[in-house]
Amino acid sequence: MKTSFLDFEQPIAELESKIEELRYVQDDSALDISEEIDRLQQKSQTLTKDIYNKLGAWQVSQVSRHPQRPYTLDYIQGLFTDFEELHGDRAYADDPAIVGGMARFEGQPVMVIGHQKGRDTKEKIYRNFGMPRPEGYRKALRLFRLAEKFGLPIITLIDTPGAYPGIGAEERGQSEAIARNLYVMAELKVPLIGVIIGEGGSGGALALGVVDHLMMLQYSTYSVISPEGCASILWKSADKAPEAAETLAITANRLKTLGLIDRIVAEPLGGAHRDPEVMMQTLRRALKDELALLQAKSTTHLLEARLDRLMSYGKFKENPVR
Amino acid sequence: MSWLQKLLPPKIKRSLGESKKTVPEGLWSKCPSCEAVLYRTDLENNQEVCPKCSYHNRISARTRLDFVLDPEGRYEIGAEVTPLDPLKFKDSRRYIDRIKASQAETGETDALVVMQGAIKTIPVVAAAFEFKYQGGSMGSVVGERFVRGVQVAIEQKAPFICFSASGGARMQEGLFSLMQMAKTSAALTQLSRAQLPFISVLTDPTMGGVSASFAMLGDIIIGEPQALIGFAGPRVIEQTVRETLPEGFQRSEFLLEHGAIDLIVDRREMRDKLSTLIGNMMRLSAVA
Repeated sequence: MKTSFLDFEQPIAELESKIEELRYVQDDSALDISEEIDRLQQKSQTLTKDIYNKLGAWQVSQVSRHPQRPYTLDYIQGLFTDFEELHGDRAYADDPAIVGGMARFEGQPVMVIGHQKGRDTKEKIYRNFGMPRPEGYRKALRLFRLAEKFGLPIITLIDTPGAYPGIGAEERGQSEAIARNLYVMAELKVPLIGVIIGEGGSGGALALGVVDHLMMLQYSTYSVISPEGCASILWKSADKAPEAAETLAITANRLKTLGLIDRIVAEPLGGAHRDPEVMMQTLRRALKDELALLQAKSTTHLLEARLDRLMSYGKFKENPVR
Repeated sequence: MSWLQKLLPPKIKRSLGESKKTVPEGLWSKCPSCEAVLYRTDLENNQEVCPKCSYHNRISARTRLDFVLDPEGRYEIGAEVTPLDPLKFKDSRRYIDRIKASQAETGETDALVVMQGAIKTIPVVAAAFEFKYQGGSMGSVVGERFVRGVQVAIEQKAPFICFSASGGARMQEGLFSLMQMAKTSAALTQLSRAQLPFISVLTDPTMGGVSASFAMLGDIIIGEPQALIGFAGPRVIEQTVRETLPEGFQRSEFLLEHGAIDLIVDRREMRDKLSTLIGNMMRLSAVA
């Protein structure tokens, strides 16, 4: 598949199309221009490195939403075997914006649950752009319980713009569905690992995000509100999204420094979509490490550590009691 | 005392300090719902509920606790916790300036007031949101005070009650705010483990991250009449679905009809209803 480039990647795009042209010429040319092609490819690599070394938060946000970025089902296919998707919340519907089921990771049975976005227009609509409705959270809840019953560790893959702001979603208790997941995840008796693979959009992301170990891919984001949403509320203009993105601290680096996530998983140069194979291998190693560490803990220890971690969230001033 | 104050005769001194109070409060007040012109004292004596149409005006956190708790034996919890600006957040204004302005305007140090006290002599811990403090938004201080309240409830073997009035998570604290949803919800697992009741009272408005965490996790969830309660704001929904919202959408009555809350209680009956419910959940001998 041809890479599509983001606005700030246009210089790379131009170089790449030049390389493409030369390759085309070389095929029926007597002259050997492979050296020139190599030189340009080097240049493209360096340029990409330069650009990606100083990405702003808003640019990272665009990479996290890149239309070619691997989605949950891509990771499931790349990292797991024997995946059997399980559907429905047993009450109302099946929400295609969240997928989940049992699978094997490195031979070990696990439960894997994640948000799912669509690739083409038709699938995007079917997946509701990865914005879950209450049924989606309730399906996830059902699968959490199932995993707990059979002692399966849970891996969640987070990639959503946020919960769906719709009439039906409110009528069916969007708030309660998210809240219930936060409550139940806090005391599930199995290890939970979360990976933010793209967009970690607010409550919709958190409903799969109360975990023992939270990783973020290098160019993913995690935020209380989208930069656009924040800008239109606080600046009264969505054009200020880049400023909002910066001040909201949504990138893996900032969040790691603030102590809100546990691990950053490096992405291939230019983002996960440029080399999904390498991305899978890196993530596989990270998951394997952390899963082993968590599984070595007793359930009591696991739950105590999870509760302590939850209670430690927040930055405030503690004044002497008068 | 400054040198100027020392020089002034006593009468002028007093009016300097209390100049605000000497301006008479509005004697009359117009109901925003039925537009009836009401005598201010009548409204106050009626717990800020319109005597004509029962419209529930928004009230401050401390007024709320005053209406519900016995006057004796109240202790504030978590007042020692005050806000910081961990992200050095700045939009059109700096967050640190917003904090100072809200503190000056409301006299509160953040958006949640928690108190240990009693309802008709039954010990409880009660928390109430101050909506005028940055829209009652939940940041680190709100989350921490909530958790400390829950901990005191567990220590005292008392029920925990929370009166929500909030626009949701506080953007200016970024992801720290989002994490308060997880933190407050997790604290409630501990209250449940101690088999103590959590009563969540949703007042106007209860939205976003507050609604999608502890507020919807009550053993009993009570709505005040006509309170706006929901996850996404009505305007956001309207823009997304491009439809007119149904009549009464996201109001307490709508939530009751859709099975999301247990009951709607008029503010003037709140204290009675709470004591009855708690009495049953705590299996107390009947109060005369």
